[in-house]
Amino acid sequence: MTGKTLAEKLLSEKSGTDARAGDYVEAEIDVAMAHDITGPLAFQTFHEVAGEDADLFAPDRTIFTIDHHAPADGVQAANNHNAVRDFAAKHGANQFDVGDGICHAVLVEEGFVSPGDLVIGADSHSTTYGGLGAFGTGVGSTDLGTALASGELWFRVPQTIRFEVDGDLQDGVYAKDLILRFIGDVGFDGCTYMAAEYAGSTIESLPIHERLVLSNMAIEMGGKAGLVAPDDRTAAYLERQTGNEIDLDDAFRSDDDAEYESVHTYDAAELAPQVSKPSNPENAVDVTDVEGTEIDQLFVGTCTNGRYEDIKIVADILEGETLAPSVRMVVVPASKSVYRHMLNTGVFQTLTDAGAVIQNAGCGPCAGYHQGVLGDGDVCLATANRNFPGREGSMDSNVYLASPATVGASALYGEITDPRNIQTNRYDDTIFAEVLP
Amino acid sequence: MTDSKTASGRTNPSDPARAWVFGDNVDTDQITPSRFIVSSDPDELAQHAFEDLRPEFSESVESGDFVVAGENFGSGSSREHSPLSLVGAGVSGVVAQSFARIFFRNAINLGLPVLICPGADAIDDGDEIHMDLDAGVVVNHTKDEQYDAEALPEFLQSLVEQGGLKAYTKAKLDR
Repeated sequence: MTGKTLAEKLLSEKSGTDARAGDYVEAEIDVAMAHDITGPLAFQTFHEVAGEDADLFAPDRTIFTIDHHAPADGVQAANNHNAVRDFAAKHGANQFDVGDGICHAVLVEEGFVSPGDLVIGADSHSTTYGGLGAFGTGVGSTDLGTALASGELWFRVPQTIRFEVDGDLQDGVYAKDLILRFIGDVGFDGCTYMAAEYAGSTIESLPIHERLVLSNMAIEMGGKAGLVAPDDRTAAYLERQTGNEIDLDDAFRSDDDAEYESVHTYDAAELAPQVSKPSNPENAVDVTDVEGTEIDQLFVGTCTNGRYEDIKIVADILEGETLAPSVRMVVVPASKSVYRHMLNTGVFQTLTDAGAVIQNAGCGPCAGYHQGVLGDGDVCLATANRNFPGREGSMDSNVYLASPATVGASALYGEITDPRNIQTNRYDDTIFAEVLP
Repeated sequence: MTDSKTASGRTNPSDPARAWVFGDNVDTDQITPSRFIVSSDPDELAQHAFEDLRPEFSESVESGDFVVAGENFGSGSSREHSPLSLVGAGVSGVVAQSFARIFFRNAINLGLPVLICPGADAIDDGDEIHMDLDAGVVVNHTKDEQYDAEALPEFLQSLVEQGGLKAYTKAKLDR
């Protein structure tokens, strides 16, 4: 028998079986999450299978957020919020409210996720937790609702596609550029039913906030999970940010002789900043191919790139500058602590002075609900994860996806701009912790 | 929407009906645009199914009709509102060359029949088809052809036979 992948090991551990790719297992859930869109349907399922007064499998490890329509932009949204509040209060679950931030930012910041955990979220970007070495995956509301009662869920153990990156990234090139390139190479469905695993010296040297970007967008190639083997950097990050002590003694990594569906290797130094053209994340090209494309709106935020480090990169570029007259910029911090740090460190002032609009923490216009919806003919350059037709508004609008640095550089000129032409900064994991109260 | 649902409220995928054909990578934003998923009501969601992509769908779809698609149907978000909108519209099954993972799970959890059928691209919009779930084929009456579909994995087949995930979980909790 060959060795096992990280995904096989994680699901073996959680199912108590010798799980191999292709096996079907029932696994124990460590953490479950839903938000204001997917929660109400999951609650219906929970009531149906377990009854109104049943106990959650683990209230302390169940989290509900209000982030997609926050603050409420209509009566139905407000009613959904109340449904989340009522269910959480009745069952003693953790609940985060309007302005607290995006589920995936909150779960990481609040220390709900540890390496080795099996995390299910009723949100497709639940792959984010792979950046901490947890098996995070997105599920629907019925899956989540039944798991809230039973603490278990079935999984097909995925094959793994390995993305191996070595060398140093150029200045102005970030994890976002790597993941857009990966998606471009395997395609929008290239990793469907499979796990992505990110490895190599470049990945090992990436700060955790950057690893989370890679894992977050695994779903944009269809991935069930996007995993990075946890290491000392992971432990230090979690200990610093959450105060949780992390024991890596039992942490898993793929065996050297593990079997992969395929292995893709990259030389980091050769990668240019990437931009995914409308209307699919797989349309990734070098920024030089789309330089000069005129922009109407810039959007900085989302569970992909709405962290403090991301917004700080944009603020550094805009320090003492103003937006090109033809553009507007919407900034949406991923969490309340990001928002607070922006206030405390002058980032808020810098962005406001440059002409940006800063909104409360949450999902913002990413899915076209509110707070910056696009009109007919609008072109948006976003740090977001999706650019499907009509995703951020009109079916006749166009969304390009890029890194915060590319968005910041483009804001200066009103057109897609190569961030390598200007000074860009890169931050390690300590900058966010430094400003913690 | 005319009412040809069976007594159980479910449409029957072995009854021939019209195919509504879609292309590749139809994501959940296109099936159920974000602005409508504040509702969890199948009938209300059905009124907006494919609203931006194919505005005539919700008005003209009849109970029992099929949705046919290319690769990666239901990609994107985890919203169960997407398959639920099709259930609400009375769609009796979805045939696609491939499905995104979460949509596939959600459809099975809702009891919406789904078949992975590599030959689905031979089906034209408006063709009359039916699904033979036991035989694992899609029959095209208009073209007098049939296309093999992938059998459900044994584990999933057994889950479906036990009444789906909800019934399965209920039984497990009662033990």
